[in-house]
Amino acid sequence: MPLVNGGKIVDDSFVKLAVDTPLPEGGDILVPAERFLGDAEGFLERAGKVGVIWPNNRDIAELVPYLGKIAAVALVFPTFRDGRAYSQARLLRERYDYRGELRATGQVLRDQFVFMLRAGFDAFEVKKQADAEAFMQTAKRYSVFYQPTGDGRITALHRRMQLRHSEGVGT
Amino acid sequence: MYAYDEIDRTLVNERVSEFRDQVQRRLSGELTEDEFKMLRLQNGVYLQLHAYMFRVAIPYGTLASNQLRALAHIARKYDRGYGHFTTRQNIQFNWIKLSDLPDALADLAEVGIHAMQTSGNNMRNVTSDQWAGVAPGEIEDPRIWSELIRQHTTLHPEFSFLPRKFKIAITASEHDRAAIKVHDIGLKLIKNEKGETGFEVLVGGGLGRTPFIGKTIKHFVHGRDILSYIEAILRVYNQYGRRDNIYKARIKILVHELGIEKFSREVEEEWQQIRNSSLQIDDEVIEDIRSRFTYPSYEKLPHMPDELRQAAADPDFEAWRKNSVAPHKVQGYSIVTISLKPTGGPPGDATAEQMDVLADLADKYSFGEIRVGHEQNLALPHVAKRDLPALWKALDKLGLATPNVNLITDIIACPGLDYCSLANARSIPIAQELTRRFANHELANLIGRLHINISGCINACGHHHVGHIGILGVEKNGEEVYQITIGGRADENAALGTLIGPGVKFDEVADVVEDIVEAYLALRERPEELFMDTVKRLGVEPFKERVYATR
Amino acid sequence: MTSPLQQKLKITGPSIVTANRTWDGVVIYRTAAKDWSEQLADAAIVRNADEAKALLAESVADDVGAIGPYIAPVQVDDAGKILPGNLREEIRRTGVTIDLPV
Repeated sequence: MPLVNGGKIVDDSFVKLAVDTPLPEGGDILVPAERFLGDAEGFLERAGKVGVIWPNNRDIAELVPYLGKIAAVALVFPTFRDGRAYSQARLLRERYDYRGELRATGQVLRDQFVFMLRAGFDAFEVKKQADAEAFMQTAKRYSVFYQPTGDGRITALHRRMQLRHSEGVGT
Repeated sequence: MYAYDEIDRTLVNERVSEFRDQVQRRLSGELTEDEFKMLRLQNGVYLQLHAYMFRVAIPYGTLASNQLRALAHIARKYDRGYGHFTTRQNIQFNWIKLSDLPDALADLAEVGIHAMQTSGNNMRNVTSDQWAGVAPGEIEDPRIWSELIRQHTTLHPEFSFLPRKFKIAITASEHDRAAIKVHDIGLKLIKNEKGETGFEVLVGGGLGRTPFIGKTIKHFVHGRDILSYIEAILRVYNQYGRRDNIYKARIKILVHELGIEKFSREVEEEWQQIRNSSLQIDDEVIEDIRSRFTYPSYEKLPHMPDELRQAAADPDFEAWRKNSVAPHKVQGYSIVTISLKPTGGPPGDATAEQMDVLADLADKYSFGEIRVGHEQNLALPHVAKRDLPALWKALDKLGLATPNVNLITDIIACPGLDYCSLANARSIPIAQELTRRFANHELANLIGRLHINISGCINACGHHHVGHIGILGVEKNGEEVYQITIGGRADENAALGTLIGPGVKFDEVADVVEDIVEAYLALRERPEELFMDTVKRLGVEPFKERVYATR
Repeated sequence: MTSPLQQKLKITGPSIVTANRTWDGVVIYRTAAKDWSEQLADAAIVRNADEAKALLAESVADDVGAIGPYIAPVQVDDAGKILPGNLREEIRRTGVTIDLPV
C-alpha cells in the first residue's frame, strides 16, 4: 500500500507492530494503542521513532500526555463511510496542538483526500496505487472552503470580508 | 433571493468537475459500485426501481424564475418531462441516466443550483418556512441564517461521513411551517430580552422506523454562536452515534439512549471549547450574507383594489382566493400557494411546461420568485392583490389552481412502490383515489383542515406519523397492506398519530378514510372544531368503533 | 452491508437474477448466455440454491455492467412464459402503475 507524505509517494520508514509482534531492536515503529499505553515509557526510551495506531472508538484525549514525544499518530478508517477519525484528527491538531505526522490508514481513497487534508492529516496510506499517484492533482481540486479548520485555509466568509474591506478602501 | 458570488460559483463548479471525474471512473470500472455509491449519493444520485433518481436541493425553498426554468430544462432534456417536489424542499427526477448526470449538474450550476448532500450520511439540505421573509409577524428572515448554515455544512471536512443522514430545519414564525420538531436539529429563531437574535435549539426529532418529537436542548443560543453550537452537536454525534446498526444510527437514538440531559451536557462541554473560535460569527459576516439577499421594491398598494372587488363575483375565483391566498406582511400583497395536488394527480409532480409557465408568472407577478414548501406545494410569495384575478386565470389554465390547500386532498405522499426501491407498497395510487373521492370542493371545505400523509414504507418519507390521518403501506404475505393512524401533526404542537385498528387492503383504504371522515363529521361539536381537535378531545376509540364496526 | 453472495439463499420456486444497468439504470435480466437483456423473457431460470448462487456470482462479477444484482422469484406458465413473481418485480418490468404526468 503506497504511502503519500508531503504530497509525494515515499518509502514508509515505520514498521507496524501487531499486539504480539516481537519488538525490533531499532527502527521506526507504529504501535497499537493498547500496547503503547501498557508501556509508554519503555517505547519512548528506545532508539528509533515511535508512532501510535489509535482506534477510532477510543477517546483521543488519552494520548495527550505523549503527544510531544511520539513521532506519528495513525488514525483508522475501517470503511470509507466511517468518519470518526476526522473528529479525532481535528482534535489532535486544533485542540491538543499535535504537530507530528498524522497518518490516515484503512480505507483511504482519493475522493477523501481533501476532507482529510482539511482535518489535519499529512500522511496517507492509500489503498490504490492510482489514487496515490493522483494525490497532488486531487488535493488541488477545491479552491474554496466554507469552514474554518486548523489547516489555515481561508474560508469563504473571511475571503468575502477581505474583499469587502479592500473595496471599501477604494471608494 | 440569495445571489451566488464568485466564491459560491467556484465551489459548485469544482464539485461538478469532481463528480464528472468520479462518474467517468465508475463507467470505466476504476471505481466499484461499493466505492462509488457513497460518492453518487453525496451528489443526490439514487438507484430506484426503474432508473437512477436525481435529487436536487432547493435550499430553504427559495427559487428564482431562471432556476425554475433550469429545472424544467433538466426534466425535458435529461428526464421524461416532469419533476417531483419532495417533503424536504428538493426536486427529484426519476429517469435520468448516470452518463448524463455530470452535464445535468453543470447546467444547474450555471444558475446556482446544486445537488450536493441531498443524500448520503451527511448534512442534508437546510430547510425553512416557505413563507420566510413575507409572513406577517415573523421575527426576521430565517433564510439569512439558513444560508449561513448551508454554507457551513457544505462539504464539511469533519462531518461528511456521519453515522447517518442529518437534517436541519429553521423557522422564525410562531406557526411552524418547517416541521422543525421532526428534524435532527430544529431551530426556532427568537429574540432574547435584550432584543438580540438567537435560537431555541431542538434536537433528536425524526420520523422513520422510530419516530421522536425533538427535544429542546438549549433555550437560547445567540446568533453569533449558532455555528459553534451546531458543530458541537455534530462532533458529539459523529463520535458517539451508533454505527453498528443502520436503524439505530440517527441522532434521535443517541439522544434517546443517553437521555437529553446527558446528551446536552456532552454538547455543552464540547461547545465551551469551541465557542470562542473562528466559528463565532460577527455582525459584519451576517450583514454580508444579508446583503446578497435581494428583496422586492414593493409598491404602495391599496388593501382592497378594484380588480379584487370585481373578481369576487366569480365563485370559482373566490373559492380559490379563500383557499390559496394568504396575508402578506406588506399591505396590498399576498402569498399565493400553488397546489400541486390536482384531482387524480400524483402529489408534488410538476411538468416541464408547468414549471416554465410558472417561472414566467413569477416574473410577471411575484418579482421573479417562487417558493417550495414541505407539503409538496409551490408558492408565489409577493403577488399584488390587484393581480390575483389575472394570476388565477393563468394558473387555472395550467391546471394549477385546485383550491384544496390544507384540505383533505392536499395529500403528502412519497413516491412509493411505483418508483422507490425501498418501498413495500404503493402510495401515489392511494393518494389519487382519495383526491377523487373528495373531489367535491364543498365537501372538502365542510370537512375543513385535514392533512393526509402517506408513506409506502417504514422510512416515512411521506411523514405518515404526523399526518392528521397517516397511512403506512407495508407488505404482508406478498400483498400491500395499509396501517392507518389518526391524531398526528407536524406543526408547533407536533404529535405522532395513533394506530386506529388492523391494517387494510389496497382497495379498502379510501373506504376507511371516508368512514373516518364520516365519524368525524358526526362526532365534532361544531363545524369549527377541526378534525385534529375532535381526535384530541375524544381520543381514537370512538373513531375505531365507528370505522371497524362493520369490518 | 452483507454482500449478496454471503446472504443465505432461499429458493422456493423458479427464479431469475435481475439488476439495473450501470450507465443508464435500466432494468436488466441475466441471460443463460452470460449477458444481460432488457426482456424478462430472455432471463435464465434457476430452480435451486446452487444454480441461483452460480448465476448470482457471475452477475455480481460484472460490477462494471450492472448494479445490485439479486435473485427474484418468477412464475413460468404452461406455455413457458416467464412472469414476475411479485408486485415489485411486476412494476420493475412494466413501469409505474399510474399515468405519468406527461
